[in-house]
Amino acid sequence: MTEFTPWLSLLGGSLIGLAAVLLMAFHGRIAGMTGILSALIPPLSSDWGWRAAFIVGAIGAPALIVGLTGYTIPFESPTPAPWLIVGGLIAGAGAYFGSGCTSGHGVCGMARVSPRSIVATLTFMASTAITVFVIRHVIGGL
Amino acid sequence: MTRIFSALVIGLIFGAGIALSGMANPAKVLNFFDIAGSWDPSLAFVMGGALVVTAIGYTFVLKRKAPVFDRLFHLPTRRDIDLPLLAGSAVFGIGWGITGFCPGGAIPALGLGYSDAWVFVGSMVAGIALARIARHTMAARAAGKAV
Repeated sequence: MTEFTPWLSLLGGSLIGLAAVLLMAFHGRIAGMTGILSALIPPLSSDWGWRAAFIVGAIGAPALIVGLTGYTIPFESPTPAPWLIVGGLIAGAGAYFGSGCTSGHGVCGMARVSPRSIVATLTFMASTAITVFVIRHVIGGL
Repeated sequence: MTRIFSALVIGLIFGAGIALSGMANPAKVLNFFDIAGSWDPSLAFVMGGALVVTAIGYTFVLKRKAPVFDRLFHLPTRRDIDLPLLAGSAVFGIGWGITGFCPGGAIPALGLGYSDAWVFVGSMVAGIALARIARHTMAARAAGKAV
């Protein structure tokens, strides 16, 4: 079980939105993690600097929150390591071919009412729900 | 240098949002999708908050001529629904459903220091790299046939 956190989740979601708006306003870029990350895998794109800085910030923020405030950020990964590797490989490849993930399609693309992003988001939300249902209720866990 | 510092600060805001919202916690993400079991609707509030702020913010930002550090807004222009979009998104969902990690959630999760996030991100980066090689190979073959 995880605790239902409507206010904290709404605050966090609003910060994700703020970051997406600022990245467009200052850099003219979509805040999609798959796109930002894939251009950092060699051969590097020529504008790798801002991408690397964004990722350093994204990794640093949780560490700073924990380090400076002592607030505990809940984390629990129930998936065994071999399945983390399988899941990581197909999530990465799928998001690359699908031109985006939850941040790029689900937030930025949906906010622009892009037809491709709406279709992509509905597709991966459905596919994730089916996968979770099969793992938890059909085969009874990994 | 200002450009790099700006991206760093925006990355910090993004990472803080992900961490506070619960998106960096795979168990919480998986519970959102488990309506038949231990359902936790929090993720709907994350998506709702992010979407409202982004939609309103974009309408103001995109009225401007250009972003602060660039000459134009880099906006995707394609509108066609093709097979890679559908198949790629469906496959991405399977990976998300197995692990509870998505790219935007997993990168900030690295900052929490748990090895699970590093195992996932390492594999995800390998997945993106392999997919990029596959796409370039397919494109090269298609070009070869055309000649």
